[in-house]
Amino acid sequence: MTFTKISEGLGRSGSKIDRRSWKLPIAFAFVSLISGVLFIGFAEDAPTGFDLSTGTDLFQLPEVSLPALATGVVVTILTALIAVGSAFMISQDRAVPKWIPIIGAVFALVGFLTWAAADETLRVPELFAGALVLAVPLVFGALGGVISERVGVVNIAIEAQLLAGAFVSAVVGTITASPFAGLFAAAVAGMLVSFLLSVFAIKYLVNQIIVGVVINVLVSGLTGFLYSQWLVASPEKLNNPEGFSEVPIPFLSGIPIIGPVLFKQTLIVYLLYIIVAAVAFAMYRTRWGLRLRAVGEHPKAADTVGINVTRTRFWNVALAGAIAGLGGAFITLSQTGQFGKDVTAGAGFIALAAVIFGRWDPIKATLAALLFGFASNLQNALSVVGSPVPSEFMLMLPYVVTIIAVAGLVGKSRPPAASGTPYIKG
Amino acid sequence: MSEPTPQKSEEAALTEGAENSENNQDTSRWTNAFREITTGNALLSLLAIVLAILIGGVLIALTDSDVQDAAGYFFARPGDLFAAIGSAVGGAYLALFQGSVYDFRRDDFLSAIKPLTQTLVFATPLIAAGLGVAIAFRVGLFNIGGRGQIIVGAAFAGYASFAWDLPIVLHVIVAVIMGIIGGALWGAIAGLLKARTGAHEVIVTIMLNYVAYYLISFLLRTDLLKNPGSNNPKTPPAADTAVLPPIFGDGFKLHWGFVVVIGATVLAWWLINRSSLGFKFRAVGLNPHAARVAGIKVERLYVYVMLIAGGYAGLAASTEVLGTTTSGFTSGVDAGIGFDAITVALLGRSTPWGTFAAGLLFGAFKAGGFTMQASQGIPIDIVLVVQSLIVLFIAAPPLVRAVFRLPQPGARAKKVVG
Repeated sequence: MTFTKISEGLGRSGSKIDRRSWKLPIAFAFVSLISGVLFIGFAEDAPTGFDLSTGTDLFQLPEVSLPALATGVVVTILTALIAVGSAFMISQDRAVPKWIPIIGAVFALVGFLTWAAADETLRVPELFAGALVLAVPLVFGALGGVISERVGVVNIAIEAQLLAGAFVSAVVGTITASPFAGLFAAAVAGMLVSFLLSVFAIKYLVNQIIVGVVINVLVSGLTGFLYSQWLVASPEKLNNPEGFSEVPIPFLSGIPIIGPVLFKQTLIVYLLYIIVAAVAFAMYRTRWGLRLRAVGEHPKAADTVGINVTRTRFWNVALAGAIAGLGGAFITLSQTGQFGKDVTAGAGFIALAAVIFGRWDPIKATLAALLFGFASNLQNALSVVGSPVPSEFMLMLPYVVTIIAVAGLVGKSRPPAASGTPYIKG
Repeated sequence: MSEPTPQKSEEAALTEGAENSENNQDTSRWTNAFREITTGNALLSLLAIVLAILIGGVLIALTDSDVQDAAGYFFARPGDLFAAIGSAVGGAYLALFQGSVYDFRRDDFLSAIKPLTQTLVFATPLIAAGLGVAIAFRVGLFNIGGRGQIIVGAAFAGYASFAWDLPIVLHVIVAVIMGIIGGALWGAIAGLLKARTGAHEVIVTIMLNYVAYYLISFLLRTDLLKNPGSNNPKTPPAADTAVLPPIFGDGFKLHWGFVVVIGATVLAWWLINRSSLGFKFRAVGLNPHAARVAGIKVERLYVYVMLIAGGYAGLAASTEVLGTTTSGFTSGVDAGIGFDAITVALLGRSTPWGTFAAGLLFGAFKAGGFTMQASQGIPIDIVLVVQSLIVLFIAAPPLVRAVFRLPQPGARAKKVVG
């Protein structure tokens, strides 16, 4: 311990005297500046419509219309106020309440949407429903990542688990003509990838990042090979799975905005709700979660009290793979309808980003994945209404946000202490 | 840790120093990785390659339609099955050899040896980018950002090659250097963030890959990189003055980029093994805490090494857009080289000449893989499978020893936690 302290001291001497963080006011000053330039300087003086209702709602909400220029002015002033206010509070050594940045972010988002879609109408329920659909594989992947890393095994192989799940669910779903069989097989496939990760990382003590990277290549090559050899030759026999259809939940799906977004989805999405809730609860409230976190934080201590570190890691990494595999099934069974080469298109890496941005917490990682899904769907929605922002920059957003997050600019993110370290008894 | 040689015990001492501090997962993780990479030997590498090729053969046999047909009447005529397996697997690997080394169906030596030059063409960027990963590895950094660095390097080199008007010789030199600068700058972002904020380079480089991809996708839609005469997101071709000329005349695609890469390998060898900077690199790689106590500015070295690593990836990009494909490039310019570079460096055990050899091998796989796909109808993805299996097996020597019934060495140094 002292060794580390000294070396840290040598590294950055004297930089930790002032513990106040000025990140929040600086960030909001920046947001305010951008909104001033974009939303006022480049505003189109036209109203932006926000259509809040769908046809099946229990009661209809009116369409909201915001004048683009005036909204820009309001947002700029509000974010500037937040910047000044939080700067004042920090200078007084008072904690800034958490709801302030959240309110500010919502304002900035509304300002952005109003500006980007000026003179058009945004269909809000579709925007969020589409975001959820894009986020589902990310959430599955992120949950897999969280479980795996919390138990002490770095999971770079989320992409491989998603891809394996996507491939197997397409094949099994077609052969058995049952989406449930496809879903189950996807979980098994994700688990098999995890076994591979576990065998090399836990048994043979190979560096976990290396194994993860290599497994990604391996599964990409393997599924690509089998796809070209088998699936391309007879697509109707092997790559034509029956997807899950939408199952609206009675009454709940009629609630305006929330209903069409959350309760008019396929069974996999409802399964996702259950899994997120179960993992979030079990991680902190059950013996399983306690053991898992103990093994990930301090395997030696866990071993001392009689927890079998190797076995705990092995089965939890398998569980993580199974969950990530379900995300892969969602891609083929609900999103694309069939398997294609590298159909996951880097979703596993965005899920990894969500794990880190969500600071290794199931709920926060889920929210991060939802945010990333929202960003990519926003790009889709804005390209339809004709947005002034190039779509590439919207697509870049999750990655830039993650870099900012790991660089500690939005708060310190600390991985589980023993994540990435193999454990050898004795 | 019972090796009697003084160098080994020095390493062990450094390692133990790291283990005594609590906040050391990072260090021990890397020392552990290095131990695995360095304690193997050539025989194990060879066996790993053999094993991977065998598994690739099994996959080819399993998915071959003739084999499947023959398996249908196995009990009637079992010989047919083995004949089918033999022709499928043998044909595949024969095509791989003919496509990568020597095509003995040709009449004259010059056209028969052409596949070998093709292998060198594919190996050129793999070696350069692999060196980038290997050098970062020696400092304990895992540079997964080859893809992003290649993309940015290609953008820089490409821009210099078609937008600038320079005299002959000078133009190509400037363009190559521009590529190196582009890659180096992109790599340095990860190094800077690591040094200033402690952001893990694995995450940052993965994310920067995507940022670079979308950035160049955007630039390819603007006049900065797009060919003005076309609507495709593709750059104009490189000017004739900026092209790396072919070594053996126009009949062969092998260009001077390969010679440059040989020089770059020598430079990397000198840098790591002979220069004082390389000594510091290795010291930090073995134990950053000890290196810091010894007065090495570890943070600064992270920036330097990522500059150099990115520069090597940028060199790979230069050889691609100025030598191999000079007719302009799209956002897919990286073509998997960035990720292949990781496996190349791992297979080369992070030494410059090991990486060189591994790059040649993977170049051969690539060149032969295309021939195999064209003549035997076997998807080139099998090459990815074989390559990744090679690296997995090399990283796990006990597994290879178990498969080939080799004796396991008695005491493996693997005390990590504690």
